[in-house]
Amino acid sequence: MIEISGLAKRFEVENPKKLSEQEKKDPRLKGRYFQSVRDVSFTCEKGQVLGLLGPNGAGKTTTLRMLSTALKPDSGKVIIGGEDVLSNPNIARKKIGFLSSSTGLYGRLSGRENISYFGELHGISKNVINARIEELADLLDMQTFLDRRAESFSSGMKQKVSIARAVIHEPELVVLDEPTTGLDIMATSTVMEFIQRLKDKGTPVIFSTHHLDEVQTLCDKVTVINQGETVFNDSLVAFSALSGNDTAGGQMHKSFLKTLSMDSEEMGNVVNL
Amino acid sequence: MWLIFKKEFKELLRDKKTIIFMIGLPLLLFPAIFGVAFFFMSSAADEAENKVLKYAIVGEAYAPAIVQSFNDASDKFESVAIGDESDYAKLIKNETLDFVLVIPETFDSDVLRSGQHKIALYLNDAGLNKVMGRVSDIIDEYTDAFQQTAFAQLNLDETQQEALLKPIQIEKQNVADDREVWGERLGGMLPYFIFILCLQGAMAPAADLGAGEKERGTLETLLISPMDRHKLVLGKFLTIATAGIITALITVSSMAIWGLVLSQGMAVEFVVKIMSMIGLVDFLLIFLMLVPVVAVFAAILLSLSIYARSFKEAQSYMGSLIMVVIFPVIIAMMPGVELKGGWVWVPLTNVALAMKELFKGTMDYFALVGIFTSTAVIAAGLIFFCIHWFNKEKVLFR
Repeated sequence: MIEISGLAKRFEVENPKKLSEQEKKDPRLKGRYFQSVRDVSFTCEKGQVLGLLGPNGAGKTTTLRMLSTALKPDSGKVIIGGEDVLSNPNIARKKIGFLSSSTGLYGRLSGRENISYFGELHGISKNVINARIEELADLLDMQTFLDRRAESFSSGMKQKVSIARAVIHEPELVVLDEPTTGLDIMATSTVMEFIQRLKDKGTPVIFSTHHLDEVQTLCDKVTVINQGETVFNDSLVAFSALSGNDTAGGQMHKSFLKTLSMDSEEMGNVVNL
Repeated sequence: MWLIFKKEFKELLRDKKTIIFMIGLPLLLFPAIFGVAFFFMSSAADEAENKVLKYAIVGEAYAPAIVQSFNDASDKFESVAIGDESDYAKLIKNETLDFVLVIPETFDSDVLRSGQHKIALYLNDAGLNKVMGRVSDIIDEYTDAFQQTAFAQLNLDETQQEALLKPIQIEKQNVADDREVWGERLGGMLPYFIFILCLQGAMAPAADLGAGEKERGTLETLLISPMDRHKLVLGKFLTIATAGIITALITVSSMAIWGLVLSQGMAVEFVVKIMSMIGLVDFLLIFLMLVPVVAVFAAILLSLSIYARSFKEAQSYMGSLIMVVIFPVIIAMMPGVELKGGWVWVPLTNVALAMKELFKGTMDYFALVGIFTSTAVIAAGLIFFCIHWFNKEKVLFR
């Protein structure tokens, strides 16, 4: 079980004078500091897929970065399998597979070498890495390009290799930050199928997205963050019930808007669904 | 740490840009620069030596013998007739003439009677020319002849002639051997080149390993791997330092090898003489002293690179670093600055001074303690700073 409670993180603003008028009005801005995440809490059980939603700038990426130990929270707890991530980040890193939204590859290494390198960083033996790469190459449909240099990859190819790299060590928890953004339909479908396989294997997956159809297809739980705070954290069924139990993809945005206490017109100004 | 080093180095060797800067340029650029410069300089010198110079002599009647000498050397000089009132400067500037000699009315071979003669030579002395030298070759014959005539009139023997020409002669008794002389000349410049080359060779990989990771989006993934941050830093640091040392080694070897090839044997004797004077231990010490120096460079470069938001920003920071590195080397070239007292403990300057001393063969080996200690302490401090920098979210997620 993954338990996140009371997460908070603030950043020092390098030059407050350069902020736009809209940014200056954000209630999270306090003097030279911007409270990106104020109070985020949610849980995710084994075999569950949790969809993390929120408008742009809500604090989703910062939350996932804290969860992955890339950022250290100012306060709060992240417990994975009963272990406090904050007190022992290196153990947590072995348990988590994280795909960042700004992920990149080493262009002068092949896809295989990129994945293998991260396997070695996790201390996995060469034989196990090679077997695991073959397995992932089949699952993510990468056989045709795996030995080419990453600098020649399309966005879809890059994302598939990045996902393989994130799960090379068979993590206990997989965290994906907008894994399908910028992908074509075929690549999106492969990624979705891969998440479904993780779910079937019982691996919990937390992923942030702006695509509500993906939430509807894959998620068991939904957490919505707005202005750095959790405003909704419940099952997909409960989320759908917000719009009168209408689970049609086109209607789910109403549930999302309800969590933000906004109507469609207000929402158009702040969120890019 | 070695895993990081191995991966970084593999990637580095696959980068055409790095290969060009680290191996290609030092291997080909220096010989190309020296070769082209040597070719143009020798061509220009040959042309100046063999060019037929157009000249005019004003007052020909006062020195017919000199006029005759110029006429006799018609393969080197071409007489051009001009009026007495001509504007010599204008004629030379518009290239009608290369020079004008003005012989005074009082010109006479009996210098004891007439006194010293002053012949005016008008020429354009800007740029490479050998007018003065070539004219002097002819005039000097007459100077010698007039001198001999005067000495004969005065009945002076050879000893008296020498005493009259130079009553006091300082005879230099140089106690420095050849190695010390050449060490002083070459040893001062050597650290300047080697330091800059080490720095240049390390710059491209440093920018790639820090700011490049940010720009590609690979840094975040690396940070959440279960590798300790200090090992990540040390792996990257070792890659940058190795690149710097390799560049320096290739450059120095390339300069030596191509120097021999280009000079077609002319410099062989000189180079062999210099090389034979410097022992293997001295070369080894120079290399060993470079290790902490390169460590200092690599740590600074990596810190700058990891601070920068982009590759471009990193390169602009690194460009300014060259000036900082040149400064302590220039201090070492200043007169009066020697590897003594406090200078032994001044980082970079002390290594530059020590390289000179090693070349000269006058090294005080006890000074090595101070040199290695101070440079290694600075290098270690900078590596710790780099690790500290690598743990700061403010730097990593700027």
